[in-house]
Amino acid sequence: MTVDPKRDPIKNSGNGSQKAGSNGYKVIGSRPLRPDGDDKVTGRAIFGADVRLPGMLYGKVLRSPHAHARILSIDTSRAEALPGVKAVITAADMPDVESKIQELGEGAINLRYLSDNILAHKKTLYHGHAVAAVAATNPHIAEEATELIQVEYEVLPPVMTAQEAMADDAPILLPDLRTDEMGVRGDKPTNIGGHLQHKRGDLEAGFAAADVIVEREFFTSPVHQGYIEPQAATAIYNTDGQITIWTTTQGAFGVRDQVSEILHIPVSRIKVIPTEIGGGFGGKLNVYLEPLAVLLSQKSGHHPVKLVMTRDEVLKATGPTSGSHIRVKMGATKDGRITAAQVFMAYEAGAYPGSPVGAGSGVILAPYRLENLQIDGYDVVVNKPRSAAYRAPGGTNAAFASESVIDELSEKLGIDPLEFRLINGVKEGDRRADGPVYKRIGFLETVQAIQNHPHYSAPLEGKFRGRGVASGFWFNWGGKSSATASLNSDGTVSLIEGSPDIGGTRASISMQLAESLGIPYESVKPQVTDTDSVAYNDVTGGSRTTFATGYAAYELGQKLKNVMLQRIADLWETEPSAVNYEDGVFTFGDQQMTFQEAAAKIYRTSEPVMVSTTVYPKNFGPGFATHVVDVEVDPETGKVTILRYTAAQDVGKAVHPSYVEGQIQGGVTQGVGWGLNEEYVYDEQGRLMNASFLDYRIPTALDMPMIETVLVEVANPGHPYGVRGVGEVPIVPPAAALANAIYRAVGVRMNVLPMSPARILEALWAKESSEKEPV
Amino acid sequence: MPVVWIPPLMRSLTEGQETVEVPGNSIRELVDALDERYPGIKDRLCDGDQLRPGITVTVDGTLSHKGLRERVEAHSEVHFVPAIGGG
Repeated sequence: MTVDPKRDPIKNSGNGSQKAGSNGYKVIGSRPLRPDGDDKVTGRAIFGADVRLPGMLYGKVLRSPHAHARILSIDTSRAEALPGVKAVITAADMPDVESKIQELGEGAINLRYLSDNILAHKKTLYHGHAVAAVAATNPHIAEEATELIQVEYEVLPPVMTAQEAMADDAPILLPDLRTDEMGVRGDKPTNIGGHLQHKRGDLEAGFAAADVIVEREFFTSPVHQGYIEPQAATAIYNTDGQITIWTTTQGAFGVRDQVSEILHIPVSRIKVIPTEIGGGFGGKLNVYLEPLAVLLSQKSGHHPVKLVMTRDEVLKATGPTSGSHIRVKMGATKDGRITAAQVFMAYEAGAYPGSPVGAGSGVILAPYRLENLQIDGYDVVVNKPRSAAYRAPGGTNAAFASESVIDELSEKLGIDPLEFRLINGVKEGDRRADGPVYKRIGFLETVQAIQNHPHYSAPLEGKFRGRGVASGFWFNWGGKSSATASLNSDGTVSLIEGSPDIGGTRASISMQLAESLGIPYESVKPQVTDTDSVAYNDVTGGSRTTFATGYAAYELGQKLKNVMLQRIADLWETEPSAVNYEDGVFTFGDQQMTFQEAAAKIYRTSEPVMVSTTVYPKNFGPGFATHVVDVEVDPETGKVTILRYTAAQDVGKAVHPSYVEGQIQGGVTQGVGWGLNEEYVYDEQGRLMNASFLDYRIPTALDMPMIETVLVEVANPGHPYGVRGVGEVPIVPPAAALANAIYRAVGVRMNVLPMSPARILEALWAKESSEKEPV
Repeated sequence: MPVVWIPPLMRSLTEGQETVEVPGNSIRELVDALDERYPGIKDRLCDGDQLRPGITVTVDGTLSHKGLRERVEAHSEVHFVPAIGGG
């Protein structure tokens, strides 16, 4: 698909300046209300925990109090004897799953590890690891029953960081784990699941050519996606063997496929109904409760069973993103040209291999044109929850490291940090750090957008204040999407899609169908449906939905229009090619009919009109962003206050600018939380100490200024409307931008996330001490 | 001929060469040709009749869905890269 050049300008829309009709569009670029808005703001929308069925039982999970322990025995007899208890399950109730790597949804995963994470089989590998589950007639009985289950453990020493886990004498978590190095399997037990490498050029010569070299080491803690709605799933295992699951998920088909593999049930017997979803950010791609609900339903005599996590369970047992240990060394010449870059990155995968180190290794140097580079990435298991995707997985910590070093390099060379990026930044035809050559991208445009923004030139006066910039990259994704559209007699179009709505995708997809058909947005009636009612859809994740399901909507519009042309031509007794359709009106000679009139006429005179399409678009086009932030640091308390924040991002084409701005503001806010406050705090035994939103501090509205957004529109040639994914890249730069701002405010280079008040004070005290030391 | 960028951890098989030109009209044919010249590469890249889970291939900067079945042109550039998942 090529883009009409008239619709492919590089355009900085500014905040709120975009209007429908620009670039010739009628619907795209406008800001209509979302179809699900009323139900969500009035509390009528059905989320995961709202599902209620006749005869429903309530489930509860027993979780490990130990970070690392061998399970010696489990006695469930007392729980089973408790009145009201209908079923108790342990790993013994699960089928044996073979050790096999399989592509499921968004990545390759060992099915046995996936099963073991649902219910621990032989060992518990993190504090909160599920050990058993109960279904009872009410939640209180279920909870009481879990307390009656007796588990005998042999407690083992926990391994809590990548550095500890990589040591030669570290306790081994998974006895069968061997290091995979691009198809070569190691020969001894290890906690390192994988080693990857990107390398080209001559590193030694590159550093020899540098006038300035900066080498720094960084550490980050695991952080959680922090979605407001906890995991919740309800399942009924019917007497005829058919299974229905209601769940809050980013991908109903992904749930179906994972449950199928874990429980050895054909997908044809599983229907998954996605409820509304209160945030996911990558954390609702994996199953946790669904297989338990199915097993409990079966064992209880085919009652529906509902399980809802508490916040404590969400934080202890659902995937945070990885903590990490990163070293970056970069060199540059006096004129600001980067000559070499070397990176070591070890990502904590949690209990099972599968950290986002691969993605992090692709992100870390992506904005820069490099001839000589080496990146080594390690996927390391530790006694923490199995890591899950989190918005641009692995990107924020990677950029924190590399963008801090870029900032220091530019400072040492006396070059403005944005100018430094313009000297070294990638454009179409340049080679990505991990190999492939970029197609049309808009990185430099985001740098220029910040350079030209009033924020960057505004005076920043006062003590302990600083301004920092950072850039970021994300791959984006295409994936598979399917959808169906049917024409109604009143001229509306019903749209059936299988992409759970996160961030207003019902609207953004309906807008693309409306644009394609030449009808008003309000004439499209979208519905997100279950796995039996639409063909396969990949998850709502990877910044793919407005791109790929939107692509499907575009194709639906073209197909439906063609069918209508045939029907109208038949009515007018001519050929379809003789009928013109423009601006919602069919014409042939002096005859004309509006879309609405045509729908009514077709309804009365011919068979119904329905079209379906499936797409798997691959030219998704990556995203870049550049951010600038002003901060004030309180040297007495270490608290960082954000004074002003501006984010420029190449969004391809903003289908619904308000929702694009919302994605950017949401990503920045999560990045700020990661940068300043959020972290998992463990005691020496590996027990999570802050499993509540009182102690695990995500930003609130009181912490954040209004985030200004600049929508840079460099159309993606791989989409009919130029769309690129927008949801993930905004979380990549914030931590680095904040670190660079803090440095300019108080003169300390932070190398640990979060940059909490305590850490800032420690850094200030260390600086003070070093300045007092006699020379 | 198409140019294949050899993953760094496999360059011990190609005597350290970063890129190799091999004949072929598809990724499958390129891998077979590579394996003929540098025995062992196919086992490292493939699991049976497909690419190993976790490995994807890009052709001329575009991520392929078809893996070994992907067609290549005479001047195509091929990279084997880690599979990436988003959130």
